[in-house]
Amino acid sequence: MSNPSVKKPLPLLTLSIGFVLLWLFVAAFPFLWTMWGSFKVEGDFFSRADWMNAITGPVTQRQYGSPFTMAGYEGAWVEQEFWRAVVNTAIVTVSVVIISLTLGTLGGYALARSGFKYTFWLLMAALVFRAMPHVTLVSGYLLPFFQLNIWGYLPTTIIVLVAINQPFTLWMLHSFFLSIPKDLDEAAMVDGCTRFQAFRLAIIPVMWPGVVTTGLFSFLLAYNDFTVTSMLLTQENATMIPKINSFLGSTQEEGKVMYAVAAVVSAIVPLFILILFFQRQIVSGLTAGAVKG
Amino acid sequence: MPHKSFLAFIWPSLLAMILFIAIPIISVAFQSLHIEHEQILIEGETCGPFGCTPEVSVDSAAMAALRESAPAGRFNGLGTYSNASHLAFDEIGEIFETSDNFNQIRNRIMNLPFYKALIFTIAYTFIVTPLVIILGFIIAVVVNSIPTFLKGPVIFFSLLPMLVTPLVGSLVLFWMIDSRGVIGAALQMLFSDPSLSLKASPTLTWLTLFVYGVWHSAPFAFVVFYAGLQSVPQDTLESAMVDGASRWERVRFVVIPYLMPLATFIALMQLMDNFRVFEPIIGFSAAANATSLSYLIYNDLRAAESPLYGSAAATSMLTIVGVIILLLPVLRSNWREFNRKN
Repeated sequence: MSNPSVKKPLPLLTLSIGFVLLWLFVAAFPFLWTMWGSFKVEGDFFSRADWMNAITGPVTQRQYGSPFTMAGYEGAWVEQEFWRAVVNTAIVTVSVVIISLTLGTLGGYALARSGFKYTFWLLMAALVFRAMPHVTLVSGYLLPFFQLNIWGYLPTTIIVLVAINQPFTLWMLHSFFLSIPKDLDEAAMVDGCTRFQAFRLAIIPVMWPGVVTTGLFSFLLAYNDFTVTSMLLTQENATMIPKINSFLGSTQEEGKVMYAVAAVVSAIVPLFILILFFQRQIVSGLTAGAVKG
Repeated sequence: MPHKSFLAFIWPSLLAMILFIAIPIISVAFQSLHIEHEQILIEGETCGPFGCTPEVSVDSAAMAALRESAPAGRFNGLGTYSNASHLAFDEIGEIFETSDNFNQIRNRIMNLPFYKALIFTIAYTFIVTPLVIILGFIIAVVVNSIPTFLKGPVIFFSLLPMLVTPLVGSLVLFWMIDSRGVIGAALQMLFSDPSLSLKASPTLTWLTLFVYGVWHSAPFAFVVFYAGLQSVPQDTLESAMVDGASRWERVRFVVIPYLMPLATFIALMQLMDNFRVFEPIIGFSAAANATSLSYLIYNDLRAAESPLYGSAAATSMLTIVGVIILLLPVLRSNWREFNRKN
């Protein structure tokens, strides 16, 4: 900012920087604290004596001879078989992202290019569907799924998550395709392409930024889901989040709380990495809906 | 685009939504009119060395056959909606008749499970949403004014509370506010009250959940406002400056009106998301003091012996009605805009 009139007086600048630091602390400290504490024993992380123990770890030192221990992770991943939940989560999230993007690009493209009144009603229906609390839908699934004997399997959950994800995916890709000029595919059709060829040859090559952004949010929805996965999957097929919830019930006894802490940190780390690499796309995705309405 | 090719493109996603969103809603409506079968009892006799005694037991074979033939249960009409754990008309009427003052009415209504959940859900929605917008706006304005090289890291850490799974995020905070955790211990020291616990009283539990809600969603408002701030017209700002507007007046009369549409957008998203508040109640183990509509449904489906499908379905229908009421203004304004465009 070279413009001198925009320059801030010193007290205001100090105040802003102070506020930003405070916000950073509020936003990040809980995660850093829990990550650090996950390498301690319960006596340190939940210290009755002194909160500093969670940082220095005297009890951990006494028990394991070093201020850090992997005991929590070992208990969660090996003893409680958290790795199984990780594998299930990987299967579910990857499938959900791929399927919902395939359906979403086709549908979003159609909604963006058709000017008929029913596109409006479809989009409004999608908005209402998006607002439905997921648990109300789940209460509609359970009985039919038991009847059809498809309850508890991963494919069922994947399809359900794809469907729940569709309203959001459609809205997002619809507004993205609106920003691609109509001339592009219409020119291809003038040259003799069918509608589908025009989509494949003219639109697919330029749609990747929008698809990547939408894919990130589909990933987050599938990864973060608790309602659907906890109600529709058996114990063996559980994904990470329901598994963590079941830790809370079964491992409240002494020493086992750290299993849950370790599992929670294991679930946060992939998100950390995701934000690190895709920060720009996430920000643009969050604002895309706002700008387009 | 002709109808035929429109359909060719959209049918897979339409099919998925019809099968797994529209039909389940109908199935929920159907289930809400039914309740569990009554138990079929058979009388038998157990004979021991001291003679025979008559005994009543559940005929499990007949029960299984009945469940097979009518899985949804027996028809109950609107009975589930009006019973004590839902709209509770009789109880409400009685409360108004027999209570002496407003406080008593309020306390007794708060003991009815549905109203307790409804009041918390509404309070959460309408307290957290404005706070999120205000806090997000302040953070955005402040971050916009700091040196550029700091902005990247600030946005990175700001995104964390929002993107982390709600259950995981609330657990992280829950462990910290435990009386042996760092925040819990700090609060005890601050108020020099060693028995202070955020989990004990309903008021403090509500407060904790509200704080969590703001912490979780403020980053969303921040990011949207921050992106909006990048495109505030500089000419208008400069002419306001020439006219002698102070820093505050420039924010008040140029920036805020410019960002108003974004605030509407954030409010819409937040109303939808906050109305289904659910995971934090599990993460904070807060069910004793605060329940939401979503939590009631979850709890019915998780009932120990057999899931209460009818009860869950009735709560679901009432929740859906709530969502539609919440969305009505939005749907109306969208409809007007669509008509104007065409």
